[in-house]
Amino acid sequence: MTVIGSGDEFGCGEAQHLLEGMRNFRLGLPMIDAIPIGCRGGGCGICRIRVLEGEYETSKMSRKHVPEEDEARGIALACRVYPRSALSIEVLSLPDKIQSRINKGRES
Amino acid sequence: MRKGVMRPGHVQIRVLDIEEALVHYRDRLGLIEVNRDSQGRAYLKGWTEVDAFSVVLRQADEPGMDFMGFKVTTLDVLESLKQELIDYGQNVEVIPAGELDGCGERVRFDSPTGHYFELYAEKDQTGKWGLNARNPEAWPEELKGMKATRFDHCLLYGDDIDGTVDLLQNVLGFQLAEQVVDGDFRVAAFLTVSMKAHDIAFVRHEEKGKFHHASFYLESWESVLRAADLISMHDISLDIGPTRHGLTHGQTIYFFDPSGNRTEVFAGGDYTYPDHPVVTWDAEQIGKAIFYHDRELNERFLGVVT
Repeated sequence: MTVIGSGDEFGCGEAQHLLEGMRNFRLGLPMIDAIPIGCRGGGCGICRIRVLEGEYETSKMSRKHVPEEDEARGIALACRVYPRSALSIEVLSLPDKIQSRINKGRES
Repeated sequence: MRKGVMRPGHVQIRVLDIEEALVHYRDRLGLIEVNRDSQGRAYLKGWTEVDAFSVVLRQADEPGMDFMGFKVTTLDVLESLKQELIDYGQNVEVIPAGELDGCGERVRFDSPTGHYFELYAEKDQTGKWGLNARNPEAWPEELKGMKATRFDHCLLYGDDIDGTVDLLQNVLGFQLAEQVVDGDFRVAAFLTVSMKAHDIAFVRHEEKGKFHHASFYLESWESVLRAADLISMHDISLDIGPTRHGLTHGQTIYFFDPSGNRTEVFAGGDYTYPDHPVVTWDAEQIGKAIFYHDRELNERFLGVVT
């Protein structure tokens, strides 16, 4: 798996979702945190990605975060993506998007 | 001042797959599955709860909370609070008795944070599960999983928490038990209608109507640790814990249902009498306020909601 942007690469089994693959222990190598990890249940939308290349299967995801038209364009939640070939992906929800949302109320 | 609102009575949670959700809420959390209605909704309760149900699961395309309901003492209280909600300016809808099996008429209203709440006075009382009402034994032997005793509270995220707090305090008689403030800017509010540290809580967040978690009460710190074991045994998505909160001082663990809705089980914690002053935490101490041991807030706790 290749994450476009960060350049990170990681392996992921067919029975694993992408977040599990990303967090696989690799001796002597740093942990990868290119994709933000949220609920791991297809609900919160934090791990939203776009698959640019490759084959994969998905399980149920919240339609709020992945409407049908997005799903058709390769957008998915990484916690619900099971690879069927090598994938290259881009992360759509960046970590800064979830930082200190409580402070936003002050600005409005 | 209390106005006849007694306790959190139910929460309706949207799930992506009802059978997967039942494994979580029934087999892992240990709630009792009590009913399935004509709409396909599943009804559950904690074994110590006397009313017929407290958790309703509805299959939908998008997880989150449909509404949270509070039981009031009498039909007269229900009627007068309905009028007060209308006078306050809320949109109020009367849901006829029986729309939820076994529940009387419900008064549903919206709130400044975009959440829907309900009041009701009547629900079938089926008694504590597995025990006789007369000369009851200590606990039923057939409990599963974490053996959650009761639905306790929800934490909700939304923008205008001051507005919703005002509504709950001044119209419905909730008491502000604890808060987190940054100067005079309120970041979080914990409210109670009972002696509990909280019956509902809010954290300020940019989006309206978000669901952070539904919480269930366990008997002890040891049972929280046992819940943590079960979370590992069944590879359930863990959020954080076991740890202690600074706010309310409960001992806790957070994890996610298969649709990404957060669940908390906790034990212990503070109590609140009507004459107790508000407990205030400063925002600069929010790490300790939320996770008393780590003393560091993780982004997931702030950003991950359904």
